[in-house]
Amino acid sequence: MDLLTLSRLQFAFTIGFHYLFPPLSIGLGLILVIMEGMYLKTKNPLYQQMTRYWVRIFGLIFALGVATGIVMEFQFGTNWSTYSRYVGDVFGSALAAEGIFAFFLESGFLAILLFGWNRVSPLVHFLSTIMVCLGAHFSAIWIVVANSWQQTPAGHHIVGEGLNARAEIVDFWAMVFNPSSVDRVWHVYMGAWQAGAFFVLSVAAFYLLRKRHAEFAKVSLKIALVVAAAASILQLVSGHESAVGVAKNQPAKLAAFEGHYEESAPAPLYLFGWVSEREERVKFGVAIPGLLSWMIYGDASAPVTGLRSFAPEDRPPVNVVFQTYHAMVAIGFGLIALSWGGLLLWWRKRLFDLRWLLWVFVFSVLGPQAANQLGWISAEVGRQPYIVYNLLRTEDALSKTVTPGEVITSLIMFGLIYLLLFVLFIYLLNEKIQHGPLEDDLTIRRRA
Amino acid sequence: MFGLDLQTIWFVLIGVLFTGYAILDGFDLGVGALHLLTKTDEERRIFLNSIGPVWDGNEVWLVTAGGALFAAFPEVYATAFSGFYLALMLLLFCLIFRAVAIEFRSKQPMLWWRRMWDVSFSAGSLLAGLVIGIALGNIAIGVPLDVRHEYAGTFLGLFNSYAILVGITTVALFMMHGAIYVVMKTEGALHDKVRGWVNNSIIFFIICYAATTMVTLLYVPHMAEFIKSHPVWFFVPLLNMLAIANIPREIYHGRDWRAFLSSSAAIVFLLALFGIGMYPNLIFSSPVSEFSLTIYNAASSEKTLSIMLIIAALGVPLVLAYTISIYWIFRGKVKLDSSSY
Repeated sequence: MDLLTLSRLQFAFTIGFHYLFPPLSIGLGLILVIMEGMYLKTKNPLYQQMTRYWVRIFGLIFALGVATGIVMEFQFGTNWSTYSRYVGDVFGSALAAEGIFAFFLESGFLAILLFGWNRVSPLVHFLSTIMVCLGAHFSAIWIVVANSWQQTPAGHHIVGEGLNARAEIVDFWAMVFNPSSVDRVWHVYMGAWQAGAFFVLSVAAFYLLRKRHAEFAKVSLKIALVVAAAASILQLVSGHESAVGVAKNQPAKLAAFEGHYEESAPAPLYLFGWVSEREERVKFGVAIPGLLSWMIYGDASAPVTGLRSFAPEDRPPVNVVFQTYHAMVAIGFGLIALSWGGLLLWWRKRLFDLRWLLWVFVFSVLGPQAANQLGWISAEVGRQPYIVYNLLRTEDALSKTVTPGEVITSLIMFGLIYLLLFVLFIYLLNEKIQHGPLEDDLTIRRRA
Repeated sequence: MFGLDLQTIWFVLIGVLFTGYAILDGFDLGVGALHLLTKTDEERRIFLNSIGPVWDGNEVWLVTAGGALFAAFPEVYATAFSGFYLALMLLLFCLIFRAVAIEFRSKQPMLWWRRMWDVSFSAGSLLAGLVIGIALGNIAIGVPLDVRHEYAGTFLGLFNSYAILVGITTVALFMMHGAIYVVMKTEGALHDKVRGWVNNSIIFFIICYAATTMVTLLYVPHMAEFIKSHPVWFFVPLLNMLAIANIPREIYHGRDWRAFLSSSAAIVFLLALFGIGMYPNLIFSSPVSEFSLTIYNAASSEKTLSIMLIIAALGVPLVLAYTISIYWIFRGKVKLDSSSY
């Protein structure tokens, strides 16, 4: 394989693996704030037990997030150094801001969360939980801003020519609030809240099925269900907003989402299908005519730019984008149905009666994780062949001094390490879940 | 600011971030390097828990320094990380293994399980220190860069004798620093035992330090040029020597805390010497020194540098405030309890 394919593979693999953890820490962070807040308000020790239990799991997730996150930061320099030279002036400041404003906050206060129960007052502990939650959210802002600039560059100008060309910042706030950042930050947040909420939901449902820690599990499940339902419905709104933004700013990507080839014509919305890139059409598809046009422009006959408006070498790999996008949307709707169905049953006081539903809850943890991965793939592959949309091609962004052999070596290394990490993570997570909440956690001493 | 240009200010600030990293992760890498010398499970747990609440915060200094380097001197970031590709991957490998070892060791009681993670933790820490030192050594002695500032050497070329010497010195420094930290955090028999290690590690470090200084003066003369031509700056190596000399004195008097401050000060002055020697170069090119990356040909635009200065001015005081609070909250000797590793 050539250097480009290998480097892309390595980046996709390492970021995909890393991205299992940050959404969980963002979502769990929010749930921790809710649980500990309830404890301070009600003084019911059950909430304290819940907080302590989930903090331990949060610590495990955070450690894996950090360990795999350092790789991400260095990879820009190691595998994509031409890209780094090109965008450093713009992109670097967002990355540095993440370190300064988010990462220190999160990792510093996490120490108090994990080890500070006997060292600080309940209020200080709660404030630390809020800080950790904020830190996790801030970190997403800066990373998504940096990534959104790649999707919809703004606030910069290009200096130099040819091989020496690079982007320089002109307007920092225009860079931060580039046309897609706000939509995408919300989209990522809701995906993360879903990841955290369905995770808690899953573990709680498991306990109920096994008839263990019933009180603990019921309360956890209700909290998680409320967050899941809210995040799922808000995700629909933010997903729609994002798609409208993509239509405006990255028409080739939107056309790839829907396999829409006609140069400029009203576009249908496919429920599913298979894109034949050779024949330039969607096969075996079921579509609602005009729905895409209507969703974007509020008019079923409004023309939408299609892939034929772009030279073949400027189009993303369409089928991958189409399939991942549709799978993500389908999962999104599934999660809405599941969480709102759960709320309905709660209202009817039957939430804990249906064993099959509890089993669905147990497996629902996979939903947001899969949707986050799929969404990320469709967003990133949809941007191809550009690494910075319309400015820099991915093939031109590679490191010049790195050889395919070196990338294969590191790819194998990461493959093995991440496999090991994943096995250990699942193993330890399972241990913690089997172990359950501790009796000690109901009554811990704190230095007054 | 102070009549300095923005590029120089960022040279100093990046230096401060890497110094922060060296002081903070330096002691926990050092604790890791010494980890296998302990015998019992309880001793090992005390070692781990002495760094328990702070090690991942310490690593954030590296992440932030990396991010700041990317933003302020993208050419250096790109050249160094792509040029030192396999070395960087090795460092990442060590840091990941080490992080995971800390997190996982205590999760199972089996002996083989704990042994395995003890070895990962210790080997990862040692090797990480060595790789960092070797990178510093290469940056100082110079690496072949081409006219486009791309690294033109090989992976094996990074393992020259000077770089390895700096690598070993770095490990020695971290071991000493880590040993002093453990002394500060322990009591009783373990405390007395580690005190003995401190003395040995001081001797080890001073030998390495003297050797590196001699070799640098003889074979890497450009590192000393600035101080030779501006003798006022002799106060930096002088303070460095005083800080190092003060460590055994404080240890002898049982003032662990002041010994730790002294070894932190030694790190500050060592890196200051490194910075003074390099300035205004960031990566020295050898044999063709005209191709060196300097703070001027590698920097981002003035606009970016000033924006970042604002970010730093807002962020750094906050970071310092909560870093200090967290160290304050976790001050005192390590006590194992239910939330320990």
